[in-house]
Amino acid sequence: MQDGPAAWLARRISFGLLTLFLLSVVVFAGGQLLPGDVGRAILGPLADPRAVAALDRQLGADRPAVMQYLDWVLGILHGNLGQSLEFRAPVSPFILGALAHSLRLAAVALVMVVPLSIGAGVLAALRRGTLIDRVISLAGLSLTVIPEFVTSILVILLFGVWLRWLPISATWRAGTGLLGQLDHLILPAIPLVVVLFGYIARMARAGTVEALEADYTRTAILKGLSGAVVIRRHVLRNALLPTITVIAAQTSYLVGGLVVVESLFRYQGIGSLILAAAHARDFPMLEAGVLSVGAMTIAVTLLADALTAFLTPAPVPGEGG
Amino acid sequence: MSREVIAAGVVPEEAPQPSRWRLLRRSGGFRAGAAIVGFWALAALFGPMLVPWNPFATDPLHALAPPSAAHWFGTDQLGRDIFSRVIAGSRDILTIAPLATLLGTIVGSALGLAGGTLGGAFDFVLGRIIEVLVSLPLIVVALLALVAFGASPATTIVLIGLVFAPLVARTVRAAVLGEIALDYVAAAELCGESRLAIMFVEILPNVLGPVLVEATVRLGYAVFAVASLSFLGFGPGPPSPDWGLAIAENYGVIAGGYWWTVSFDAAATASLVVGVNLLAEALHQALAS
Amino acid sequence: MSAALAIENLSVAYRARGEEREVLRGVSFAVPAGGAYGLVGESGSGKSTLALAALRLLPGAGRLTGGRVRIDGREPYVLDAGGLRRLRAHDVSMVFQNPARALNPSLTIGRQVAEAYEVLGWRRAEAEERAVAMLERVRIAAAARVMASYPRQLSGGMQQRVLLAMALAKDPLLLVLDEPTTGLDATVEAELIDLIAALRGELGTAHVLISHNLGVVARLCRRVGVLYAGRLVEEGPAAALLADPRHPYTLGLLQSLPSPGRRKDQGRLATIPGFPPPPGRPTEGCVFAARCVLADQRCRTEPPAAVDLGGRVSLCHYVERIPPLAHGTIRGVAFAPVGRAPTPAVIEAVRLSKTYRVGRRAVRALSDVSFTLGPGETLGLVGESGSGKTTLARLLLGLVAPDIGGEIRLDGVPLAALAANRGAAERKALRIVLQDPDSALNRAHTVRHLIGRVLRLAGLQGAARKRRLAELLAAVRLEPRHLAERPRQLSGGLKQRVAIARAFAGEPRVVICDEPTSALDLSVQAAILNLLADLQRDHGTSTIFISHDLSVVRFLADRIAVLYRGCLMEIGPAEQVFAGPHHPYTEALLSAAGMPGERRAPVRVASTLQGTREDGVTGCVFHARCPRRLGSLCKTVAPPVVEADGHAIRCHIPRGELGLAASPD
Repeated sequence: MQDGPAAWLARRISFGLLTLFLLSVVVFAGGQLLPGDVGRAILGPLADPRAVAALDRQLGADRPAVMQYLDWVLGILHGNLGQSLEFRAPVSPFILGALAHSLRLAAVALVMVVPLSIGAGVLAALRRGTLIDRVISLAGLSLTVIPEFVTSILVILLFGVWLRWLPISATWRAGTGLLGQLDHLILPAIPLVVVLFGYIARMARAGTVEALEADYTRTAILKGLSGAVVIRRHVLRNALLPTITVIAAQTSYLVGGLVVVESLFRYQGIGSLILAAAHARDFPMLEAGVLSVGAMTIAVTLLADALTAFLTPAPVPGEGG
Repeated sequence: MSREVIAAGVVPEEAPQPSRWRLLRRSGGFRAGAAIVGFWALAALFGPMLVPWNPFATDPLHALAPPSAAHWFGTDQLGRDIFSRVIAGSRDILTIAPLATLLGTIVGSALGLAGGTLGGAFDFVLGRIIEVLVSLPLIVVALLALVAFGASPATTIVLIGLVFAPLVARTVRAAVLGEIALDYVAAAELCGESRLAIMFVEILPNVLGPVLVEATVRLGYAVFAVASLSFLGFGPGPPSPDWGLAIAENYGVIAGGYWWTVSFDAAATASLVVGVNLLAEALHQALAS
Repeated sequence: MSAALAIENLSVAYRARGEEREVLRGVSFAVPAGGAYGLVGESGSGKSTLALAALRLLPGAGRLTGGRVRIDGREPYVLDAGGLRRLRAHDVSMVFQNPARALNPSLTIGRQVAEAYEVLGWRRAEAEERAVAMLERVRIAAAARVMASYPRQLSGGMQQRVLLAMALAKDPLLLVLDEPTTGLDATVEAELIDLIAALRGELGTAHVLISHNLGVVARLCRRVGVLYAGRLVEEGPAAALLADPRHPYTLGLLQSLPSPGRRKDQGRLATIPGFPPPPGRPTEGCVFAARCVLADQRCRTEPPAAVDLGGRVSLCHYVERIPPLAHGTIRGVAFAPVGRAPTPAVIEAVRLSKTYRVGRRAVRALSDVSFTLGPGETLGLVGESGSGKTTLARLLLGLVAPDIGGEIRLDGVPLAALAANRGAAERKALRIVLQDPDSALNRAHTVRHLIGRVLRLAGLQGAARKRRLAELLAAVRLEPRHLAERPRQLSGGLKQRVAIARAFAGEPRVVICDEPTSALDLSVQAAILNLLADLQRDHGTSTIFISHDLSVVRFLADRIAVLYRGCLMEIGPAEQVFAGPHHPYTEALLSAAGMPGERRAPVRVASTLQGTREDGVTGCVFHARCPRRLGSLCKTVAPPVVEADGHAIRCHIPRGELGLAASPD
């Protein structure tokens, strides 16, 4: 409580780095230690044991785990995320290209969901108790938990198969820009929007209801301010600040959704890359993928924290209160 | 006449508050959720005995038949009756998801109770682990672990259970800290209650409500995760009638207009998660009142 | 000329879980232009709802079910949106109970005050100039600095002034004040009340003051209405109504207050039996019948009509029977005066200090406090928020350890700092009754478990435990049926009785009561105070009674200690502390509480801009607010403790020059 915003942010960053370290340990353990004999895994059960041992030595899999981990981390810090077992090539270019694609899809989804869900939440709060409120609340409650593949099926059938409005494959054609590809991105973005909508809308509604019933809103009404000014200056200002954190907290669900949606719509993003690596038991690719999405999530959370701290007026002096 | 005497005699009856159970039963969301979840639970238990067709019997001559009087939901690419398969397909998910939730709830509650009451280094480490897991997409972690350990129902249960445990622990820990801040804990300490008695006799009964709500919420996510994993090919293998698997198997033909091959499985999945979530919300409301 | 506010036959209902609950019924009263009207009632009586309903500010679930409201002849429920907004912009204002919640946390004070002027058509720069002037008018010295602050950076008293400034910006016809001083410290409250009264004189605004505090209403209002369970049970001129009540509830309320100067050895407090009904419970007859000494069959079945008594109104079937009731019926057994034999002290606190670490800073919650507590004695501990009262209680109980050098002795034997290291008998010797029974009683357990558990830990078994449980239950006047109930099934007063039974269960030597009645309704408070005095007398228990309410402390305490910011400013026999000579801070407290015989100009202390404490004070902790400080001496040199006749005062001012209570003639 005594910290200024800078010290607070420094603490958040150090927590973020610690989280990143623990994540790397988990990924390393999951990807390199647990699968056991890497050489055997690659060469298959029928391979000559000498060949397996030679490959192990070549990959460094016969050394102590701590040494392997340090090598691995040092490699990552130098930009070397490892060699893909499947493609016999460095994984970094695959990861970077896929991340760029996924970010575009995520951006399309966020551009759709943020205004939609906040708008719906605020509308429900302003009309609370009415039919609109109940519909929005119930939709928010139900849509959040429906798996993306279910909604994907629905939108594909509806818009792709029956109405034929939009293409059902999102595969990125070489040479197209974001705008050229946009019609291919809308359909896959919808399932992501559906999953994210509910939680954000519910939090926006709750925040707005609280602000509407607050005494400071009554004070503002009694000043004789017009309804629009009361809502914009006094209600929304206080109601929507926590929504930043709420949206950031959805990043991990968004990434989970990308795995499903990208593979369904055949989009070359990080999700489909991870899924393909998992099916091919391409551990270096899988590790790099998981680590990079984990790092992204941590970064987003930190950014949201920083933004919230920046927008919160006047830190409390002294012992607060 | 001393009024204190009267005071003892005519203390008016306080209007008894309606019990939480009664509030719960009156809630429409609870009834709807209970009906949906109850239906699928019965289907999982007895469905395979009651369905009109053998869910595994193939009939290549009637493959991809649209819904009809004989096959209410139509048939799939191998000519199997989709209605029978949807009913029978509830069994896997309704075994794996609740068991995973149970595991996560038990481990998580123990961790949360210990973290909240013990504090210190244990609590700090727990807090960091929770932070890591919250920042990780469940599906992605699950993929990594399933590849590392090999996919099987047992792996899925343990995996989801362990991923949920810290999330449950977070809720329980917060509830425990809320209780510790209350004066009755200090009062119990002053009366000489042991630490264990304070943990289990004083605090635990008051955090059971939040635990129940959290477990129901988790069950919803468990169904979500299990269904997604089996859709991605890390669940039961063919010829299981599992919903996620069925959608993955038939997804390729929907562009040809065979909508019934996936729609009913999708609706079943959606209804189950929505049902569980309605229950969770109703429980939450009843306990918050 | 039309009244500033006229309310006719107003009824309001809330929807909760699909049921309509009527929280106000048939309320009528009027406030003339420039008048001052007080609405008195306990929690749940509907007084805040009445205020919100009058200004058409009811929350979503609330609805006007009948009646009319007129503000200066205009009806807010009939006006269109524009008319309503004009009415609010020019003619009505409201100040809410909790100023921290009534100010927008994300806008500066300047923005919020100026906004009130911008609505009236002033341009931004002019509006800000006027805002500064208005802040100065509510006696804010550093107005420019306050303008640039956010609400959280101001103390509660300062925030409430800002709200007053905002409310008065439009020079309204009508100002509604909903518990404007509740939750503020006594000295700050006194200052604000003076300010409110002065501003009404200057501006001629009509005031509606809502309060549970009869003293505040009596000081500020000309007419008073008494609300009980949503009905205005009595209404009339303040002086007449308070001196000669004509409703059994008003009478009971007045009699159950520990009147200033009253002590436990002069007799018990009168009590109103039972508890107020929960809001919105439908009643057939008179709402007060269940608790009324006069009630008969007619009262229970037939709702009373308003009886006009010539300028005042009462809602009672038997108005004529009330004046006789007021005279001479309140007789009870007086508590035997406690003889203070020169026996060895039960508790000796020696040089207790407590420093908390907040971040990198050390905050001194208690510094160098020493006192003794004799057998059977009650020590009243008085102080405002942040004075260290509760820290002291926690130290004594062993919930926190004092700084090195402090010591607590029980019967002359030093106690371990923490309860965990104390022996079972030592732990049993000290017990506490806390302010909030909701927090102090585990809601998971029944009353039987709550009390029985303590008895079992005290070593009682089988039949002996059962017998003791029954005794305790009878002693706190609970009934056997309560044993099977859980705290949420009990009202506040009953819960506090359970907490008291639990505290006395192990036959403690000392019971510490930390504000045991401040969470309770007035009409329930008296019974709890009587009960504590009874138990203490019957068991010979020593008591430390912590409270911010001087009249309550005076009623119970044999000796009084006054704490300010962790320092013991004054300690001595109760009569001497009240009679003087006083420490200047005690004098300000007494003056704020409006003790009788106070004929001189009130003693007021300046409230600080921020609620924070100044660090590195080498002199007296009170010097910054002290109206009698002696220049730099008080700021730099710690004052000496001067004692005479067991009455010690920590002050630089010579004892002979300290204030005395005026003679009570």
